[in-house]
Amino acid sequence: MSENATQAAETVTLTIDGAEVTVPKGTTILQATKQAGITVPHYCFHEGLSRPAMCRLCLVEVEGAPKLQPSCNTPCGDGQVVRTQSEKALQMRRGVLEFYLVNHPLDCPICDQSGECFLQDYTHMEGRPHGRSREPKRVLGRDDFGGDVLFNGDRCVMCTRCVRFMNEIEQDPVLTVVERGNRSVIDTFFEEGLDDTKWSGNIVDICPVGALVSKDFLHKQRSWDLDHTPSICTSCSQGCNIDLHTRDNLVQRLKPRANMDVNAFWMCDHGRANYEFMNRGDRNEVPLVKDMEGRVAAHGWREALHALAEAFRGTGDTGFRAVVSPNASNEDIAAVKALGALYGNAEIVYRSVRTETEDVLKGMPSLARRKELAANGRGAELLGARRVGNDDGTGGLDDVAKHTGLLVVVGDELADVADDFGAAADTFVYVGAHPSKVQGNAHFVLPATTHAECEGTFTNVNGRVQRFWQGLHGPGAARPAWQVLGALVAELSMLGEMDHAPVVGSAAEAFASMVTRTDAFAGLDYESLGTRGAVVNETVQLAGD
Amino acid sequence: MAYPYQSEHEVRILSKHFGDPRARTLEGALANGRYESLKKAFEMGPDAIIDEVKASGLRGRGGAGFPTGVKWSFMPKDSGKPHYLLCNADESEPGTFKDRELLRWDPHQLIEGCLIGAHAIRAQHVYIYCRGEFFEASAVLARAVEEAYAAGYIGKNIMGSGVDIDLTVHIGAGAYICGEETGLMNSLEGRRGQPRVKPPFPAAVGAFGMPTTINNVETLSAIPHIVANGGAWYRGFGTEKSPGTKLFCVSGHVNRPGNYELPLGFPLKKLIEEVCGGMRDGKALKAVIPGGSSVPILDAGECETCTLDYEGVVEAGSMLGCASVIVMDETTDIVKQVRRMAYFYAHESCGQCTPCREGTAWVTKILQRILDGRGTEDDLDTLVEVTTQMTGTTICVLSDSVAAPVQSSITKFRDEYLALIRRGERVGAA
Repeated sequence: MSENATQAAETVTLTIDGAEVTVPKGTTILQATKQAGITVPHYCFHEGLSRPAMCRLCLVEVEGAPKLQPSCNTPCGDGQVVRTQSEKALQMRRGVLEFYLVNHPLDCPICDQSGECFLQDYTHMEGRPHGRSREPKRVLGRDDFGGDVLFNGDRCVMCTRCVRFMNEIEQDPVLTVVERGNRSVIDTFFEEGLDDTKWSGNIVDICPVGALVSKDFLHKQRSWDLDHTPSICTSCSQGCNIDLHTRDNLVQRLKPRANMDVNAFWMCDHGRANYEFMNRGDRNEVPLVKDMEGRVAAHGWREALHALAEAFRGTGDTGFRAVVSPNASNEDIAAVKALGALYGNAEIVYRSVRTETEDVLKGMPSLARRKELAANGRGAELLGARRVGNDDGTGGLDDVAKHTGLLVVVGDELADVADDFGAAADTFVYVGAHPSKVQGNAHFVLPATTHAECEGTFTNVNGRVQRFWQGLHGPGAARPAWQVLGALVAELSMLGEMDHAPVVGSAAEAFASMVTRTDAFAGLDYESLGTRGAVVNETVQLAGD
Repeated sequence: MAYPYQSEHEVRILSKHFGDPRARTLEGALANGRYESLKKAFEMGPDAIIDEVKASGLRGRGGAGFPTGVKWSFMPKDSGKPHYLLCNADESEPGTFKDRELLRWDPHQLIEGCLIGAHAIRAQHVYIYCRGEFFEASAVLARAVEEAYAAGYIGKNIMGSGVDIDLTVHIGAGAYICGEETGLMNSLEGRRGQPRVKPPFPAAVGAFGMPTTINNVETLSAIPHIVANGGAWYRGFGTEKSPGTKLFCVSGHVNRPGNYELPLGFPLKKLIEEVCGGMRDGKALKAVIPGGSSVPILDAGECETCTLDYEGVVEAGSMLGCASVIVMDETTDIVKQVRRMAYFYAHESCGQCTPCREGTAWVTKILQRILDGRGTEDDLDTLVEVTTQMTGTTICVLSDSVAAPVQSSITKFRDEYLALIRRGERVGAA
């Protein structure tokens, strides 16, 4: 009884379509219907924005109320009886949907939103089979809003999500509604468009119809052909949760994926536009091994790893140097660390681009395009790598370039180094997705996958460890670096170089192996990270400090 | 200058000084007894004023007819926040022209009413939101406000009472929807003139986010008389449920159109025949819109017995609204009139709610097509259904306002629509 009493203080129980639903106090009916698994159409309501209750599409019948209530703005009450599918509610919503179609052009065959359009979905769900309007449609035409945004006025449903995003979240009010009545149209102020904005790509995402479309994605793919893979944006250390939208083994676009702890529903334009690197065609595709005479030949992995293990054997006292990319996964860097641990005075460095300023999203100060323009600098630090070089991601490798022992480079393309980089090394291993200008100096060139082609985790600026999934197939024989280096360690153990080390077969195993070796990650479990991630148990310097 | 038309049936309380330019000046106003009620009101105190207004049974003259005293009593007594009284002078309902006359001829009556109202709801600031097109009226009002400020009737320590009330005249930019109370607040604050979602109601969160009461010009103009003579005196006019007098704005095909102050409950037929001198050119009466263009149309038969009080007009099948009586004779093309009204609402819709934004324009297009002789009988069903979809589904009632004339005219004058549709020609047009 006492349990029920405390529950009653914090929650309300109402009946939605005959089913009892218990929700926290202050929840709106629309949110409660989502919890109950009922879809009530809505346009103007968005979880991340204010609630103007103006689209009038989420009207439901609430017992006792004289009129239908907008569910988005009506709080749940104890004992409330809500009917979302009553004849009255359905009739009115059918009516409102019909109004939307009075002027909507029905150009779905050439509309990018088609397939992910809420006007299509809702009309198929609840709308009339035929519209009754026989009048000529209003024509508003198109407008280039600047940035990546193209506006199709005819398709607009006037939900004003875009205006409210710019007002409330980016807090750069460059969009507004001009005119009134059915002449209303979204517009920019004079010639000042979205060019100087940093987050305006989000208005394309939140537009429920094809009124705001991405110029980059314009007529590029049909939405139903795209596969969606949860991933992490690598364009800065914020670690925004994203979906890779892929087709034909190419990333076609990036979309933010909701994670209230990291990026809510948003991502910045910088990150959104930065995906072509995952589609680069110049790739290392097969393991290359240089023999004693300096001839380079392609080998299978078995032969290449065996030769590599032989080369590593007995060179322990000459020192181990590694350069890792700050976009390498935690597992990759941990594998380098594990390999280095076999040799004396191992040193791992990374270089990253850092900007002078952050682009903070004013409406959500915990979200910013961070100074460090790489995904996993924090993870590299936690795994013992040291940042070297300049803020433009160059330099800092003078010692490494002349190192005479074991030299491992993972992911860093070394675009700025001298041509004789690594020439002095006993064994120079280059593990990378893309060719480096100095990989000719390497004894072993091993093809790696990009983060889009494998699974793994990144640690963001706030120490949140987040998983990414495989969205593309790697080319040729490319394998994740953690797998390559894990296999090398296993090979070394078979040669008696060390105690038995098992072959690392999956990212989960690589992660588990990292967790056992690194205190900062202790207690984390790969599967439990899920799509939300978890924070490392080491105190981290928070963003902005 | 005598005011254009007057009638012996009138009970001239608010309109007593219409046509007398001296009443506009402070000197003339004082001679007419203005600001004496204000002095009395300060002695009475806020609660007593509200009780007196409650006792008078005064109902809001803006159209909804909500009891004013009750509305005032919704205001919090000790919220610790600034309170505002807004005077809605954005009179823009087609057919209505009473507030303009009250502003033009007796601005001090309104200012006094505003100050008494502000004192009753413990407001420190009054805004009079004037319709953008009221060039002369707002100038007269502004001059009166200046004079009253200079004479100490507005401002700090009014008439030595220790009460401070400021008054600002704000002129709108000319939008019908800014006459909707929350649309007016948005406009006053410098936002788009769009009605707000209620709740919260203005008494809790109104202008500038503070407790606010908003009253019509005519309502506030009646306040000094109620304070001076008592609620019981006011109840002496009108009917039991609709006490007092009301300015009727009569327009259309009558011999003497104009403003007439009559006790509520006055018969509509008598208003047309006796007060307004009968139908123009002796033509037959066809239809009357009794409360501004947003209420259902009454046909000639319904006009016979209709009495002009809030309940009487509802009984006849319409609403009193703001008592803007539009009289139409037999030469009137009803479809054309309805299309004109629908076009007005399509033009003035703020465009926020979908049923109104799309519906008003759609209805106008259908009506235009029928007028053009390209209508079908299905269109009438569509019109009724579309307007039904527009009723009760939006934030404010602008959308419902289109439904009333369209639905009532299709019910009562279906023959005219059908004639246009079947023969492609107009009936009854001059």
